[in-house]
Amino acid sequence: MNLKKNDFLHMFRTMLLIRRFEEQCIQFFQSGHLRGSLHPCIGQEATAVGACYALRRDDYVTCTYRGHGQALAKGLDPKEAMAELLGRRTGCSKGKGGSMHFTDPRVGLLGENAIVAAGVPIALGAALSAQLDRTDRVALSFFGDGAVNQGVFAEALNLAAIWNVPVIFFCENNLYSEMTPIRAMVKVEQLAERAAAFGIPATTVDGYDVLAVYEGTLPAVQRARSGGGPTFIECMTYRLTGHMIGDTEPYRTKQEVAEWRARDPVVTFPQKLVQEFGIPQVEVEATQAEVETHMAEIVRFALDSPWPSADEAVEDVFV
Amino acid sequence: MRELTYSQALREAIIEEMDRNPNILLLGEDIGVYGGVFKVTEGLLARYGPERVRETPISEAGFIGAAVGLAMTGKHPMAELMFMDFAWVAADQIFNQAAKMRYMSGGRVSVPLVIRTQQGGGRGNAAQHSQSLETVFTHIPGLKVAVPATPYDAKGLLKSAFRDENPVVFIEHKLLYATKGPVPEGEYTIPFGQAEVKRTGHDVTLVSLSRTVLHALEAAEAVAVDGISVEVIDLRCAAPLDLEMILASVHKTGRLVVAHEAHRRLGIGAEITSLVQEHAFDYLDAPIVRVGAMDVPIPYSQPLESLVLPGKEHIVEAIRQVVA
Repeated sequence: MNLKKNDFLHMFRTMLLIRRFEEQCIQFFQSGHLRGSLHPCIGQEATAVGACYALRRDDYVTCTYRGHGQALAKGLDPKEAMAELLGRRTGCSKGKGGSMHFTDPRVGLLGENAIVAAGVPIALGAALSAQLDRTDRVALSFFGDGAVNQGVFAEALNLAAIWNVPVIFFCENNLYSEMTPIRAMVKVEQLAERAAAFGIPATTVDGYDVLAVYEGTLPAVQRARSGGGPTFIECMTYRLTGHMIGDTEPYRTKQEVAEWRARDPVVTFPQKLVQEFGIPQVEVEATQAEVETHMAEIVRFALDSPWPSADEAVEDVFV
Repeated sequence: MRELTYSQALREAIIEEMDRNPNILLLGEDIGVYGGVFKVTEGLLARYGPERVRETPISEAGFIGAAVGLAMTGKHPMAELMFMDFAWVAADQIFNQAAKMRYMSGGRVSVPLVIRTQQGGGRGNAAQHSQSLETVFTHIPGLKVAVPATPYDAKGLLKSAFRDENPVVFIEHKLLYATKGPVPEGEYTIPFGQAEVKRTGHDVTLVSLSRTVLHALEAAEAVAVDGISVEVIDLRCAAPLDLEMILASVHKTGRLVVAHEAHRRLGIGAEITSLVQEHAFDYLDAPIVRVGAMDVPIPYSQPLESLVLPGKEHIVEAIRQVVA
């Protein structure tokens, strides 16, 4: 593996920041600061961080509506993200997008998306743009298991294959298509099997092991960069909270949740760093302290930010 | 001045803009070797190569989605929908993605995308190949909508579409491609949102768009023999809408007819009627009359299709009604 101690700590810091960010979102939702729908990615931090660690800042991603972690891992400023959630003008979308529309082209973030699978052809288009410009940029599209049953998903895979586009189709299979088990909605054992129908190579990785996610994604990124075309990655993961706030979760057992929680990557990864990689406990704790300080700054920035003015309602669109 | 067909004018606009801007590329079904169903892109594959004239599978949602991604990353794609009716297949990418992306991102991204398509009936293509849908696109904020009636306007507006940072739905009419009209040599563009008086008059204002403008001009000519002077305004764009020109004309005439091929119920005529009564109620001397297709799917059989779609006679009747 080409990763060093600093990389491990950086991965851990990002995973923990995402966890704290999402916990803060839940608090803000419950206190009425955050409106609309909130789909926490608690439990899925390792998939976002492992995948984005294999990308460069100038590579493109499209994200899902459970995409806070994906966006932060790609480099979105968490202060702008939190301000956006509070509807403030300092937010990444000036308060006009909210939880499901984080966008920042400066870090290659071409949007979360509130429509399942809609970002997949958009990522394909961005990758085509990179190909036309003869750059070695790539695009990675995050989507959930439910997306594989959308028509546009199939269309995008086919287009990527026939045009040999540098795109990675990254499926976060968290076993549930919103509130329904994905196994009841597909006939194949692994969703990666779908890729063969389009002539696209596929792999399945353990989404609760950030290093496995990274190592599974990197060859796909390298293949795309070198003109080898698209890859499908199925990343087995699990959300430890409901689909959205208020989800009563009748579709899964507490025992199942507990089994996954025992492997919670935000808890187990730092243990692994100490026990297997010989990183001193004190450095792990320092990273944890950094994240707590950072979160306090994020929250203060968001709460202190101004609301948009009335005239901003008619800006950023032709009227 | 030289005359070109509507198809030739469109093709010339595409060539001029592709020569001017290397970031423009075309995507669509059968647009390459075949040259498009109405031959607008004929010869362009040979001229620009397969990267810039990109043939797609029959996969409207996929390639319009790809065009959105291209547009967000520095390209200016033109995606061709062979028939307007296929827009529904790609509706999410048009209405939820292209139209809203700039706003949802607080202006951090824009989607400079041209969706070229053609609509309308009159050829017996039946209900899934004959609709007129400009009102639908006009209703959703974020999309500009061009509906040119003449070769001159088609060329000038399409060139503007390629220079706009917003997604533009560029709507042609299948029965206009063979029509001819004057198109000057050399560079010109027509800004969006500027209607044009195609015939001046002082008794009735007649607002129309796309192919129905031709019927409107015939109707104006027909009633002129009875001494009724009709001012025909061609909207040229449904969004933005040139309300000022409509109001200025209504101030003069005091009477308004709006005619379009789209269904009459909630067609753009309904919006224009509402706006005019809001802004010029005191100027009106008669109730406004709308002409549009009957509110049924477009039928196949010729007598039925002719009955359902509005033509010159329907407009003549409407004019007589407002001056009665």
